[in-house]
Amino acid sequence: MITAIASLATLGLVLGLLLGLAARYLKVETDPVVAEIEALLPGSQCGQCGQAGCGQAAAALAAGELPVTFCPPGGRSLAETLASLLGLEVDLSGVEDTQPMLARVKEATCIGCTRCFKVCPTDAIIGAPKQIHAVLQDACTGCGNCVEICPTECLQMFPIEVTLGTWRWPKPRLAA
Amino acid sequence: MQQPLPRVEIRTSPHIRSAPSVDEIMRHVVYALIPICAYAVYAFGLSTLVLIITVLLACLATERFFNWMADKPSTLRDYSATITGLLLALTLPPGLPLWMGAVAGFIAIALGKVLFGGLGCNVFNPALVGRAFIQAAFPVAMTTWTPPFLAARFAEFVPSSLALPFMEPAPLGPWAQSAVVDAWSGATPLALQKFEQVGTNTMDLVAGMTAGSAGETSGVLILICGAYLALRRMMDWRLPAGMLLGAFLTAGAFYLVDADKYPDPVFTLFSGGLMLGAVFMASDMVASPVTPSGIWLYAGLMGFLTVIIRIFGGVPEGVMYAILLGNAASPLIEAVTQPRIYGARKPRRKP
Amino acid sequence: MKVFRFRGGVHPESHKTPSATKAIEDLPLPERLYVPLQQHIGAPAKPEVAIGQRVYKGQLLAHSQGMISAPVHAPSSGTIVDIGEFTAPHPSGLWVRTITLETDGKNRCGKNRWHESAKPTDPFKMAQQEVAARIGAAGIVGMGGATFPAAVKLALGKERRIHTLIINGGECEPYLTCDDRLMRERAHQAVDGIRIMLHVLQADQALIAIEDNKPAAIASMRAARRRHANLHVVVVPSRYPMGSEKQMIQSVTGIEVPAGQRSADIGVIVHNVGTVYAVHRAIRLGRPLLSRVVTVGGGAVREPKNLEVPLGTLVEDLLEFCGGYSEPPARLLMGGPMMGQVLPHSRVPIVKGSNGVIALSTAEIRSRPAMPCIRCGRCVAACPCGLMPVEMAPRIRNGDLDSAMEYGLGDCISCGSCSYVCPSNIPLVQYFNYGKGMLADRREAQRKTEATRRLAQERRNRLEREARARAKAAAQRKAEKATDEAREKNSPEVSV
Repeated sequence: MITAIASLATLGLVLGLLLGLAARYLKVETDPVVAEIEALLPGSQCGQCGQAGCGQAAAALAAGELPVTFCPPGGRSLAETLASLLGLEVDLSGVEDTQPMLARVKEATCIGCTRCFKVCPTDAIIGAPKQIHAVLQDACTGCGNCVEICPTECLQMFPIEVTLGTWRWPKPRLAA
Repeated sequence: MQQPLPRVEIRTSPHIRSAPSVDEIMRHVVYALIPICAYAVYAFGLSTLVLIITVLLACLATERFFNWMADKPSTLRDYSATITGLLLALTLPPGLPLWMGAVAGFIAIALGKVLFGGLGCNVFNPALVGRAFIQAAFPVAMTTWTPPFLAARFAEFVPSSLALPFMEPAPLGPWAQSAVVDAWSGATPLALQKFEQVGTNTMDLVAGMTAGSAGETSGVLILICGAYLALRRMMDWRLPAGMLLGAFLTAGAFYLVDADKYPDPVFTLFSGGLMLGAVFMASDMVASPVTPSGIWLYAGLMGFLTVIIRIFGGVPEGVMYAILLGNAASPLIEAVTQPRIYGARKPRRKP
Repeated sequence: MKVFRFRGGVHPESHKTPSATKAIEDLPLPERLYVPLQQHIGAPAKPEVAIGQRVYKGQLLAHSQGMISAPVHAPSSGTIVDIGEFTAPHPSGLWVRTITLETDGKNRCGKNRWHESAKPTDPFKMAQQEVAARIGAAGIVGMGGATFPAAVKLALGKERRIHTLIINGGECEPYLTCDDRLMRERAHQAVDGIRIMLHVLQADQALIAIEDNKPAAIASMRAARRRHANLHVVVVPSRYPMGSEKQMIQSVTGIEVPAGQRSADIGVIVHNVGTVYAVHRAIRLGRPLLSRVVTVGGGAVREPKNLEVPLGTLVEDLLEFCGGYSEPPARLLMGGPMMGQVLPHSRVPIVKGSNGVIALSTAEIRSRPAMPCIRCGRCVAACPCGLMPVEMAPRIRNGDLDSAMEYGLGDCISCGSCSYVCPSNIPLVQYFNYGKGMLADRREAQRKTEATRRLAQERRNRLEREARARAKAAAQRKAEKATDEAREKNSPEVSV
């Protein structure tokens, strides 16, 4: 009886000690992940996620304050990459990409004030003072900063036009 | 110049389909089961007819009930519950109390099918799940056999059939003794062979003149019905063929080792539920592997297991457990027998 | 000759009899032709003509641009009335840039027959590159439906040694008979085209593979090749998808194209019968690709026919010439029923890759609602690529593209064998097309994110540069000011 109690108690103590040591010496260094997340983000500091910039957004995501789907320019593919990086199971089937929009200049009302290209995070707007500006569709991220600052509302967001090259088969609607 | 677009159903190729559809396949399986049911009624009489109807209704009612619970349209039209009901009834002893048959039907659909997500999702053959459940719950009733071709079989019920729920069924012995001219041992050919080393005439086995579960006795009729399905391409012939071959080879090997101790392979093929199991239950597509080489492996494994359980197990029959074990091994077999992708040198990663 | 077996495949009913018995007829010239600028894989052609310009038959309308592209020629003489948007022969019903040509009914050629640079000559006296260039300039693309520019494919022979040219006369799609009729009626021209191709590729042999359900075509091609020892007719079994490039190579040579490689990497090139016929016309007659043979068929067409059609003809003109519909069609297709595309309506033009216009009746399509999968495994047995559609489709449905890729989504050729045999009518091919589209979108989004990051970095660099420049300028000004002040302090007070 006493032997049994003693041996079990010893066993418990030894194991407890081992666990304690392991917790101390094998501790995982935390938070290299913020840097990793930031490296994946577009880095345009567009602010569409509500954070001040991509660095803050990465920290917020790592702290669990943002969902992996927070970044509209990164879209679905970024969300998937982030989910796999963080080991999260995210059901992305419900998270449709929000209709991607790009900015376009209405030439009739553009006064060439150049305010828009100061706020464009990717230098996607070209033009010169007093000349009509234009948006490079390929470089535009759809952040909408220029739309807010435009004094004549000549910059507006338009959905990207679907062409034969970008048309995709829809998902089968059927239940099966 | 641009035409207004009329509404066109956007859908991909192919635009033609080969027959048959799921419900056609299932309907033909029902057709193939009807002669076997008829023979079972012919051999065992009124009790069997009522048993088949009871089990079938229990299955259909359970399926419909769960449709209603889940607020989904009725799935009775796909005939899969009908097949489960008929198959289950055919694997039961002819004199089984009817209420036990109803319990088996309920369990088959509820535990065997609906629990896994309905048609196409069941891991095990639903009919065998039902049977395994009552085999475990009522072992005596499940091994009480009725002699075939009694003179009074259409006039009166086997006394045990009408037992009230949770009541001890009337013992069959005195009734059977009085009804049969010869001494009735109350055993199936398999049990006779296993426990008493008494053989049975092969012709009787093939034609179905012996005792046993309601629908398993006539090997030849089952083969004919199976051949019909295989020829109409409603069934994968490799599944029954593989299982029978596996059983034949295994039994043959034992027979070669010791012909006195082990039954000969032809007896193995035609005795017990092997024929019915191979043709109608092993061929259940849902629980079998989808890969072509996996099908042979799976079928052969079930045949092998049947013989092993029969020879070394505590009970004379092993088909049911062999098929259920095969069902359980199916995902594993599928994983290791995936086809090689065109142009790839190595097989794909194991899932 | 030994024929090898490829995995899987299906045997759809061929339905070739009504049109296979009809000789190729010329379609009367329509009043207007709608010639899309993109009838091929690759970059669209760039217009060379202006609205109102009169063009002669065979004149270059648009030249190719980029590495992979093909020019477009005027299928007949007439006036350009529009260069703009027109419905593409595509299920989406989206537009494609199209030149509209009002024909004058004269079919007038230029002064030098077709085109100055394309005078007919003896190809065997010409350098291979030059022949290949002429084939490219004639706008010839893969006529089996893939529409890959033929000259680009021939150029592959320059980099690698090609030993075998396979001529695809499989025509495994039900209903289609245009290649069959071509081989029966124009075998000598086709054989000549094959010899020109062999010359360009410097290959040892050409194997003409024909399915055994076309005995007349086999006989006629055998007769036509008789004098050429390095041409062989190979009779292959009728099994869908025999006409798919990889399956055809495996059937004829027994070799599988290794994953991630092209057929040229194993020394084999496959061309369609229609393509070699077009090559013959381009080189011997100097005629660019202006028309093609199209099968009009299906249960809803009154009189199925094989027609030689000027490119840009509207599908409705073909249907009208074939007596119109015998019953309202359940589905109108361009191409065969196994891989063809639904057309939004019949006012779309015939393009270089259109091998058939098929109007299927309700009875033929046997449309049924989808049922749950019963894991019967028929799709696995039917897949010619060794994939497991039964596992891929649910993964795609749940958005798990990565694991669908592990099951081989990237290797799917969309042949439709799996959907064809599925007893539950599950739209497997649509799941795979949807999955492939998602993958393409994903690649595109990644590219865009990369580009955005680069642009943002450049902007930061620019802002820093500007800030530095400003700081520098400010510092300079400050320094100047300081020196000025110092000078003021040190200098004798002159003014005071």
